[in-house]
Amino acid sequence: MLLRIREPAEMVTFSFDGRHVTAARGDTLAAALLAAGVDTFRESVVGGEPRAPYCLMGVCFECLVTIDGIQNRQSCLIEVREGMVVNSQLGARLVTGCADR
Amino acid sequence: MSMRRITDAGTLAPHYDLVVVGAGPAGLSAATEAAAAGACVLVADENLEPGGQIYRAVTRNTQGRQDFLGKDYWKGRIITEAFCASSLDYAAAATVWSLDAAAAGEDHATLGLTLGGAARMISARAVILATGAMERPMPAIGWTLPGVMSAGAAQIALKSASGIPGGRIVLAGCGPLLYLLADQLLRAGANISALLDTADKNQRMAALRHLPNFLLSPYVAKGLSLLFSVRRQVRVIPGVTELAITGARRAEGVRFRSGKRQETIAADCVLLHQGIIPGINLASASGCIIEWNDTQRAFQPYTDSHGRTSLAGILSAGDGADIGGAEHAAVSGRIAALAALADIGLLPPSQIATRLEELEKQRQLYRRGRAFLDTLYRPARQFLAPPEPDTMVCRCEEVSAGTLRQVIALGVPGPNQLKTFLRCGMGPCQGRMCASTITEIMANERGVSPAEIGTYRLRAPVKPLRLAELGALPQTPAAVVAVTGRPPEHRSIEEEGKKQ
Repeated sequence: MLLRIREPAEMVTFSFDGRHVTAARGDTLAAALLAAGVDTFRESVVGGEPRAPYCLMGVCFECLVTIDGIQNRQSCLIEVREGMVVNSQLGARLVTGCADR
Repeated sequence: MSMRRITDAGTLAPHYDLVVVGAGPAGLSAATEAAAAGACVLVADENLEPGGQIYRAVTRNTQGRQDFLGKDYWKGRIITEAFCASSLDYAAAATVWSLDAAAAGEDHATLGLTLGGAARMISARAVILATGAMERPMPAIGWTLPGVMSAGAAQIALKSASGIPGGRIVLAGCGPLLYLLADQLLRAGANISALLDTADKNQRMAALRHLPNFLLSPYVAKGLSLLFSVRRQVRVIPGVTELAITGARRAEGVRFRSGKRQETIAADCVLLHQGIIPGINLASASGCIIEWNDTQRAFQPYTDSHGRTSLAGILSAGDGADIGGAEHAAVSGRIAALAALADIGLLPPSQIATRLEELEKQRQLYRRGRAFLDTLYRPARQFLAPPEPDTMVCRCEEVSAGTLRQVIALGVPGPNQLKTFLRCGMGPCQGRMCASTITEIMANERGVSPAEIGTYRLRAPVKPLRLAELGALPQTPAAVVAVTGRPPEHRSIEEEGKKQ
């Protein structure tokens, strides 16, 4: 959970697991989700444990989500965009293409 | 002329004199120096803006609005402004996933990179790896729970989104950055319940011999003022020797031991940190010789005094080569740029001699005092090689310290075989989060130096690459004929995009 201590200049909206989320333009997707109060991004591949970003700089791969149907995206390296459809990833990536759930 | 921002792979030139990987202080300074000398330069960086982690979002933030970041942060402005005024290509949000040194008889290295959803192979006469540092992972019971982040992550949130963790924060670990972050968070109004200092008291004697040099370094005044400022405002608990994060589905508290006292503090957010280590994945996968630095207790690419790695045409600068801090990184980037341009014949060696000498002196100044900090804040053994069997070491494939020790006891020769047995290091992070711990546990079990154990052997792609990107790489007409038996059909990049 992140609290913004400065008002963002410009907002964008996107969806996460079907819910509308407002973010600041220029945010990374990971920061936007944390600031929106999302505390679990995915479930781990082996044990199904809840996971969330650890490093926010592209190293840990804990922030993986599905963006517009593409799985295993590092949300800490991707800028949030208006209308993005983001879903949490439960367990391993599906091998058969599209992962909308 | 000024910097040209490249947002799609099709705009990249097929060939550059110099490609710099990373846009932190080292990469930006190297690129600025090389562009000023007239070289054709590309900077490829994973992040959305120039500045690296240390100067993250510095081009967007203002001293008035982000006053909590401290005065050293704004030094990044000088570096980014010079970079933005340079004549060069800059690809932000780009992933470099492979690097091959020049083959025999050729004079250029080949890089694979992805930008805007499309991949390209490009060539460069010289490559400077300025991939920076990462935080040394700090495995502990419960460190995979949501609500636990690295201290660096909190600093990134502060710089890039003016965000502070909500609720009660506990910081745990050791090293200067932990105190710097505590100070920044306090200024930003965060609620820090405690700072659990895990610094090993036994290191004090060992660090003493480096003290005189440290006292003459540029870090003394800043370091002391940070320590006093944080100690005045936060409950600092020294001598912490055990640490576990409690909670079922997210962090709820931290259990720790200091001396004879055992205690649990409630926490909504736990920030861990025990120093930084070079990010070596790209250097290692390209085949650069990787060596053990015992003072910094980390693996790093071998480099000569000007940043040349063991492979011709590939140099390394900044914290990715050797941890020395932001200002040291900037100078080492300039040195590497001059060396690279001299090696490819764009600058006569005689012309750069004086400049190199001057930069070398600056570099020595910024190196001063590092040995003291490295020795004083060397993490204690139990935080390098966690003793509790249940501590998760490989977070991706969920391999615990206990399982690792059992398999090591079977006589597994090294980290690569351990990987084959247990899949540790084979998840999406490709060993970034477990490599250092695996080496430490193995060294500890065998009673030998980590230098003898070594680390994972890495291969391209060093970052995940979609098969669709790989499949859509532009092919030569001859290659298409060889595979399909037909001449290639012409398709524009837009059509390629739609096809995906």
